[in-house]
Amino acid sequence: MSVENFTKLGASAIASSVRAGQVSPADMIRASFQRAGEIGAGRDELNIVLYADEKASIKEADEMQARVNSAVDLGVLAGVPVAIKDNIASLGLPTTCASRILEGYVSPFEATAVTRLRANGALVVAKTNMDEFAMGSSTENSAYGPTRNPYDVRCVAGGSSGGSAAAVAAGITPIALGSETGGSVRQPAAFCGVVGVKPTYGRVSRYGLVAFASSLDQIGVIGRSVDDAALGLEAIAGFDKMDSTSSDADVPIYRLAALGKPAPEARDPDTEAIRIGRSPVPLPPPPSSTTLAGVVIGKPKEYFPDSLDASIKALCERALDGFRSMGATIRDISLPRTPLAIPVYYILAPAEASSNLARFDGVRYGLRVDPGKGLKAMYEATRSAGFGREVTRRILLGTYVLSAGYYDAYYKKAQAVRTLIADDFRSVFASGVNAIFTPTTPTPAFPVGAISDPYEMYLNDIFTVTANLAGVPAISVPIGRMKRLPVGGQIITAHFDEYTMFRVAYALEASLGSGAHE
Amino acid sequence: MTPERFEMVVGLEVHVQLKTRTKAFCGCSTDFGAPPNVNTCPVCLALPGALPVLNEHAVELATRAALGLGCVVNPVSVFARKNYFYPDLPKGYQISQFDQPLATGGFVIIGKSEKGIDVQIGITRLHMEEDAGKSIHDRYPGATAIDLNRSGVPLIEIVSEPDIRTAASAGAYLRTLKQILQYLDVSDVSMEEGSLRVDANISVRPPGQAKLGTKTEVKNMNSFSAVEKALESEFNRQCALLAAGGKVEQQTLLWDGARETVRPSRTKEGSHDYRYFPEPDLRPLMLDAKWIDNARKNLPELPEARKTRLVQEYGISPTEIEQLTATPALSDYFEAVARASKDGKGAYNWVMGEVMAALRASGEEITGFKVRPADLAQLLNLVRDGTVSHTAAKQVFARMAETGKPAAQVAADDGLLQVGDEAAIATWVDEVLTEHPEEAKRYLAGEKKLQGVLVGFVMKKSKGRADPKRVNQLLSARGG
Repeated sequence: MSVENFTKLGASAIASSVRAGQVSPADMIRASFQRAGEIGAGRDELNIVLYADEKASIKEADEMQARVNSAVDLGVLAGVPVAIKDNIASLGLPTTCASRILEGYVSPFEATAVTRLRANGALVVAKTNMDEFAMGSSTENSAYGPTRNPYDVRCVAGGSSGGSAAAVAAGITPIALGSETGGSVRQPAAFCGVVGVKPTYGRVSRYGLVAFASSLDQIGVIGRSVDDAALGLEAIAGFDKMDSTSSDADVPIYRLAALGKPAPEARDPDTEAIRIGRSPVPLPPPPSSTTLAGVVIGKPKEYFPDSLDASIKALCERALDGFRSMGATIRDISLPRTPLAIPVYYILAPAEASSNLARFDGVRYGLRVDPGKGLKAMYEATRSAGFGREVTRRILLGTYVLSAGYYDAYYKKAQAVRTLIADDFRSVFASGVNAIFTPTTPTPAFPVGAISDPYEMYLNDIFTVTANLAGVPAISVPIGRMKRLPVGGQIITAHFDEYTMFRVAYALEASLGSGAHE
Repeated sequence: MTPERFEMVVGLEVHVQLKTRTKAFCGCSTDFGAPPNVNTCPVCLALPGALPVLNEHAVELATRAALGLGCVVNPVSVFARKNYFYPDLPKGYQISQFDQPLATGGFVIIGKSEKGIDVQIGITRLHMEEDAGKSIHDRYPGATAIDLNRSGVPLIEIVSEPDIRTAASAGAYLRTLKQILQYLDVSDVSMEEGSLRVDANISVRPPGQAKLGTKTEVKNMNSFSAVEKALESEFNRQCALLAAGGKVEQQTLLWDGARETVRPSRTKEGSHDYRYFPEPDLRPLMLDAKWIDNARKNLPELPEARKTRLVQEYGISPTEIEQLTATPALSDYFEAVARASKDGKGAYNWVMGEVMAALRASGEEITGFKVRPADLAQLLNLVRDGTVSHTAAKQVFARMAETGKPAAQVAADDGLLQVGDEAAIATWVDEVLTEHPEEAKRYLAGEKKLQGVLVGFVMKKSKGRADPKRVNQLLSARGG
């Protein structure tokens, strides 16, 4: 391999070259920064990267080189540059959630997911732009301006993890971390023609993820390919004692899902060697009529309404035909509570947000605006100056739905409906369906500034928000283009069955080939 | 109209700090008195991205407290966020428990009625929560300083039923509750250090009326007697208001100990809407039935049980037992002395007499007292076998309390071993008879009642070392 084709390299190819000593970690860092410069990732161009420090990153890479030379085990992500969404705490670079209220804030501790990436050899090169506090679907709510879509700079990159999706799409890094509350990884991944995975709630530690809505938040991975996403998730998944809501369920080696077979035993020594990167992953066979043999894929009618754009529908049908040709059975199913998801989400998420964002009060860190008229005036001035319009709107909404007299009618009722939405998924999976396939979004990327009505913006999450409410894993994979703009297809599986999700995603990617970007 | 026309109705909310080494949701120390903001971390400072992790020891202690107070411990309880803005509340919410508390339905027996029936105060609920930090308003002019060392320290809140009818029974309830918590070893229960805090809800109504009157909440009481005084004062205020045809306004009042009166709080507590909702960062607290049973089996001995047992085992009278069992430390001390000396009555007399007097004089706590139970027991044994006289024993004890040395060593070092030696005693007797010729003459002439006086002189001369029995015998021989 050579540094010249860096923008096309997958994470595992980079790691094996670094481990073999063919390229140095610093080469990879320089390639990443060079690409960011070429494409214009800075604030006054595509506005993908909020914070980066090339010198510090190269220094870190040089330190890693010393370990390459001493044959120390470097990990499955050795020398892989990664970008981190700005709401995930990182040492060295600021963590500001793209908000004025945290301007200049540098976290004294690091998110578990970032620590695990580093432990696997990854090098953090950038903090990426996002909707302020992850509230939005277009990255237009960033205090630092919108991120532009690398495929069409007139369009948004999606959101809220727009910067991370655009960084991967632009070839700056093969892997980036994003976060999801209602589709914030999958939707921008779809808009930017990359792969975005939201794991099961509890699969990845939330320690260090600045909370938006704690019962829905989950760190996700964006990758150039399904393999990048699988490798990234493998590295960060698993129990963390710092997050009481993280799960101790075993983490399979997701990359083996490419072989088109059920998951191997977790503690098998051969698979352990693959997990830590000592042995390479066996090459998957080319897709055939048996790749998805025995797999039942559900097609929920609520996600294919008559109003769905015909081009998106056609791309989904092409993907479904691919599944059929690989031996899968397609079954028409129903998830009847789907229409309730958006209202439920926009009660529960703001309710939790109103409480989670109370700590930004100007007392201990971040912005303080003090007119010198007492405590209450300081709170009001700080929070009014520090939070943008959408964040303010959601805090007000959340405060309202939790208020005495409204709690039962809104919050409690919404929680009850949330349970019903989860039941929809449970009964579908209990009936023998292994995976659900849907479009990721109802439209491709829209022009910057095109949507001004908040409710219209909220409807962008209509196909993604259900997985967050139910806590199930879901992935968006590119399935083609509509007028040059990427379109994503979504695969949803049962709780903690990311393995099957990846198996179907690998197969989809393989069956479409270059068609995924046509 | 007078207060006799009304009945006092009081319920108490008691916050108790649990005796854990670390905070409720992080690993920071709970040490009292550290420099400001030293015992803090991302979690208790509420830095962005930090998450709480429940301290299991706090759950154990809270469960022990609940079981010791006769509560039902719920197999599932849920942490909830109590939302309000204040600079010493870093997250902008307090993690507490709301509609699904740890425990419900306990009671405390505060004494017996005239008919001999237990007087019982019900406990509505006991829940876990975390403490806030401390705002210091008088340190820097024009500014408030915040110390977050206490932020996240584990507490339990014990809410009583409105069963209390007099200020005195409020005091009795608090003293009994404190004693039980001490025996359970779950808290330091010190009002001075803030590990026990009391808020009172009080209303009045005509006797016989079932409906409760409008209540006020009284805060800022720094001792049990302050609680009693505050309740008395607020009772009188409410009675006077109603008697004058007025209405009690629901409000929060602060007790002003210096003026012995209540005044309205600046913050309008009643207007707070805490917007409680389940804490999404913590899973519901699930306690296994076996685990709860085990905790119940391993409960320490409670005050009532200890009283009954000590009366039976050591022959202490029921009137003496209350003082002896006031704190577990004191009764533990007593019992250790009694066991080692095999003399319950003697141990009681020494502990309640000399030991208490020494502690009062020095201001020490029994736990730090230099005379350890085994040493006191040794002294009792020395007295019993005649090695040290009763009189000398008090001097030996005083030296032991000073030096912490064992009884036998002190007695030997200070020459306080009882002298039974005939010749030595005879010398002292002769000297006394010479030095007090008047008494000697009258005694030898047959005035027998002077023998006691002369024995006293001999004892004094011998510094308590002379065996009084031998002195009497010798004097009788001379007079005979």
